Amino acid sequence: MGSYVPGTKEEQQEMLQAIGLDSFDQLFEKIPKEVRVEKLDLPAGLPELSAAEKMEEIAGKNRVFRHIFRGAGAYNHYIPAIVRSVVTKENFVTAYTPYQAEISQGILQSIFEYQTLICRLTGMDVSNASVYDGATAAAEAAAMCCDRKRSVICIASTSHPSVISTVRTYAFGSGAEVILAPQKDGRTDAEKLKEILNGQTACLYVQQPNYYGQLEDCEALAGLAHEAGAKFIMGCNPIALGILKTPAECGADIAVGDGQPLGMPLAWGGPYLGFMAAKENLMRKLPGRIVGETKDDKGNRAFVLTLQAREQHIRREKASSNICSNQALCALTAAVYLSAMGDGGLKEAASQCYAKAHYLQKELAAAGLRPKYSGDFFHEFVTEGEVHSSVVLKWLEEKGILGGLPLSSRDILWCVTEKNTKEEMDDVVSAVKEVIRICS
Amino acid sequence: MQLITEKGREGRGLSLLPPCDVERVRPDEADCRKLPLGMPAVSETEISRHYSALARRTHGVNDGFYPLGSCTMKYNPKVDEEAAALPGFTKVHPLQPVETVQGCMEVLYLAEKYLCEITGMAAMTFQPAAGAHGEFTGLLLIKAWHHSRGDEKRTKIIVPDSAHGTNPASAAMAGFTVVNVPSAPDGSVDLNALRKAVGEDTAGLMLTNPNTVGMFDENILEITKIVHEAGGLNYYDGANLNAVMGIARPGDMGFDVVHLNLHKTFATPHGGGGPGSGPVGCKEILTPFLPGARVMRKENGSYGWTGGEQTIGSVKAFYGNFLVVVRALTYILTLGREGIPEASRNAVLNANYLREKIKDAYPMAYDGLCMHEFVVSLEEWKDKYGVTALDAAKALLDHGIHPPTMYFPLIVHEALMFEPTETESRETLDEAADALLEIARLAQTDPEALHASPRTTPIGRPDEVGAARHPVLRG
Repeated sequence: MGSYVPGTKEEQQEMLQAIGLDSFDQLFEKIPKEVRVEKLDLPAGLPELSAAEKMEEIAGKNRVFRHIFRGAGAYNHYIPAIVRSVVTKENFVTAYTPYQAEISQGILQSIFEYQTLICRLTGMDVSNASVYDGATAAAEAAAMCCDRKRSVICIASTSHPSVISTVRTYAFGSGAEVILAPQKDGRTDAEKLKEILNGQTACLYVQQPNYYGQLEDCEALAGLAHEAGAKFIMGCNPIALGILKTPAECGADIAVGDGQPLGMPLAWGGPYLGFMAAKENLMRKLPGRIVGETKDDKGNRAFVLTLQAREQHIRREKASSNICSNQALCALTAAVYLSAMGDGGLKEAASQCYAKAHYLQKELAAAGLRPKYSGDFFHEFVTEGEVHSSVVLKWLEEKGILGGLPLSSRDILWCVTEKNTKEEMDDVVSAVKEVIRICS
Repeated sequence: MQLITEKGREGRGLSLLPPCDVERVRPDEADCRKLPLGMPAVSETEISRHYSALARRTHGVNDGFYPLGSCTMKYNPKVDEEAAALPGFTKVHPLQPVETVQGCMEVLYLAEKYLCEITGMAAMTFQPAAGAHGEFTGLLLIKAWHHSRGDEKRTKIIVPDSAHGTNPASAAMAGFTVVNVPSAPDGSVDLNALRKAVGEDTAGLMLTNPNTVGMFDENILEITKIVHEAGGLNYYDGANLNAVMGIARPGDMGFDVVHLNLHKTFATPHGGGGPGSGPVGCKEILTPFLPGARVMRKENGSYGWTGGEQTIGSVKAFYGNFLVVVRALTYILTLGREGIPEASRNAVLNANYLREKIKDAYPMAYDGLCMHEFVVSLEEWKDKYGVTALDAAKALLDHGIHPPTMYFPLIVHEALMFEPTETESRETLDEAADALLEIARLAQTDPEALHASPRTTPIGRPDEVGAARHPVLRG
C-alpha cells in the first residue's frame, strides 16, 4: 500500500499516549456504531511504481491524434514551452487561495497581471480572477444582469450548446426565463430578435465567433439589446481577439469566454478557464475573487483580495455568487501564454487561424464539401455534403486525422488553427476527395 | 515588484510560429480591432525570471506547514501530477469518438465507483468544478426531485449557523430561501431548533459532519431522520470528509446527496485558488437528475455514455476538471482500502496531538477530543492583552507557518481553526506547537511585538480597507 503518512507505528502510538489514549478507536468514539465502516470495497493500495504504471496503461487506451481539425469549444493551439515550465512550479501548484497576502504576493500579483491582460485583450474596464469555464462564465454573467424587473435571459441560438444548456441549468436555480434568439443562415436573425427583446429582457448573450464559426454583427446586436434596456454579454474566443473587434468596441457590458485557447491543453475538456470582464459600473456585481493593488504598512506596493463584501464568506445568502475556488492556475497559464505570445505572436496566431481556415474551406468546397453558411468566419466553418458525415470522418480517422465535428448526417463543423500546416490540410482534402469518389 | 506589463521593451518577444504557409487573407477591416493589444513585450529570460520571483513570493505546501482549517492542505503527491501530465490524457479532444477515449472514460468510471464506495452513494457526476459548484449542483438535484413529485412548495433549505458561507450562497443561487438554525452550545445541531424549523416547505438540510468546529455530530442519525420525516432531503457538505473517509460514510448517516472537494480530501493541489473538482454523489432516487452524461461499463467491458431524460442539464461544458480527477484517482489507487482510513485516522490523531500541546495556552472553543481540526477562541486574549486572532496569525508567518483559518466559523469569536492533516510529521507539529507557545507568551509579555508582525515576509500588513475603498484592479 502507498501512504503519505510520515509517522511510524511507534510514533503514532506515542502520539496517542500523549493525548491520553491507547488506540485509534477511541478517537472515533463519538461516531455511532451503526454508521461505522467495517471494510471498504476498494482494491488494495499500490506502491508508486505500480500506480504510475496503472495510470499509464489507462492513458494508453486513449487515442492521441497528431492531426486535429476539431474545435467546437476546445482548440488545439501551440503552447509555448515556457508556459508549462512556469505553471508547474511547485509553489504555484500547491498554494491555497491567497488569503494571507503577506506570503501570497506571488499568486496575488500573477492574478492582478492576469486581470490586466484580460482587460487589455477585451478592452473592458475590470476583470475578475476567473470562473470555472466559458459556459459558467456566461451563466454567471447572465445572473449579474437579472433583477426583479428584468429576469428574461435571451441567448443566441447560434451559441455553443453547452453554454445554452448551462445557462438554462443556472436559470432553473434562479427562476429566470431563458429564450433563444432565432438564427438565419448560421447567424443571429436581427429582425426576429427585435421582436423578442423587451422591458423584461435582462440581457442578450451572443457568441463571437458563434458555434458555427460565423462572425456575428455584434455591434448591431449590442445596439438592439441596449435599445430594449437590456445588457449585452459577448462570449469571445480569446485568440480571435488578437485581430477581431473587441467586446468593448462592440459595446458589450460584459465580456466572457473560455480561456482554454490561451495555453491550456485539450485534456478531454478540463480544467479550462472562464474569463469575465465588465464595464466599471458592473464592478461590484462581478462574481468571484478580485485582486486589487494597495500598499503595505511601509508604503510598499502590495496586492490583496478585494471587494470581498460581494462574496459568500461575508454575505452568505446575499452574495453575488457562491464561487470561491475558481481556476487560478489556469488564469496564471493564460497570463504566461499572453506574455510569451506578445502582441505580435497573438496577432500572428489569430491571422494564421483565419487564413488557414479560409484555405481549407475553399479546398474542401472544391472537393465536394460545400460551405453551409455564407457569412465570414474566423477559424471554424460548417460544410455540407452528400456522403454521410460519419463515413467521411471515419475515413480521415483511419489516416490518423481527427476531422471536424459531425453536426448531422450531412453537416461537419471544421476547425483550423495555426498548428495545422498546408500539407496536413492538403492530406485532408485528398482523403475527402477519395471517400467522396468511393461513395458516389 | 514590477508587473510583467511594466517590464521589457517594444520589439522584444519569443520566436514561436513558423511563417504562414497559405495565402494570407484577412477579415474585413470593419470586423477588426482598432484597440491596441498591449500584451507584454518580453524575452523568454524575462518571463522565466519574473515568474521565478513571483514563485518565491508564494507559500505553497512544499514550503512548509499549512494548517488552514477546513481547507485540508495535505501534501500533493508527485506521482499524481505525473499521471495528469501523460500525453494520453492531455492531448485528447473532449469531442473525440467514444472508442478513442476509452481510457478517459475508465478514469471517470473508476473514480465514480471508488468515491461512491467511500461516500455510500449510488452514482456521481464529475462536472462540478469546485466545492461550491458541487453544492449548487446537489441543491438543484434536490429541487428537481421535489418538482418531479409535483411538490413545488418546498422552497426552504435549512443551514446551521456554523456552516460554510458557500452553503447559504449556493442555496440562494438554487432559488431556495435559507433558514438558519442556531447551533447548540457544543457546536452541534440543536435538535429542538431543527424540529421547529422543518415543515411542509422544507426542501432539505445542508450539513457538514464533522461540523465546522471539528466535532462529529453524535445525533447525526436523528438529524437526518427529522429532515426525512418532514419530507426533505439531506445534503452532505464534503469539506470535512478527511476526518472520516473509510471510517464512516455519509450515505449510511442518512445523507442523500454529497459533494466532495477532490482538491482537499483527495490530495489534488489547490493551484493558488483552483482548479479544484467538486463531484456530486447521490442516492438512487436522485440519479436520474444528475447533470451531463455518466460513464457506464458495457457487458463487453467497453465504456459508453448514459444519461437520463430528467437531467437538470449541464452545469459546465464537457465532463468537469478532468485532469484533477486523474490525480484523485491516482491517489485513491495508491492508498487503497487500507490507506484511505489510515489517512483519516492520522489526520484526526495529528489534530488532537497539536491541540493537546497548545491547549493550556490557547483557549479551546470546545472541550473534548476533536476530529481532523479544532477551533480556538482568542476573545480572552483580545480583552486581556489587546491581541487578536489576526495578530496571532500574522505572527505565525514569521515562523514560516501558514496561519490557520481566521474568523471562521462565525459562531466563535476571534476564531482560529487548525487543520494539520495526516501528511505532517510529529516534528513539524512539535515545531508548530513551540512557535504557537512562543506567540502565546508574547501575547502576555510583549503584545506590541505581535502587532508589528509579520517582519520577515516580502511585504508587511497590507491596507485592505484602502484597496476596497479605492479599487485599483488592473495595471
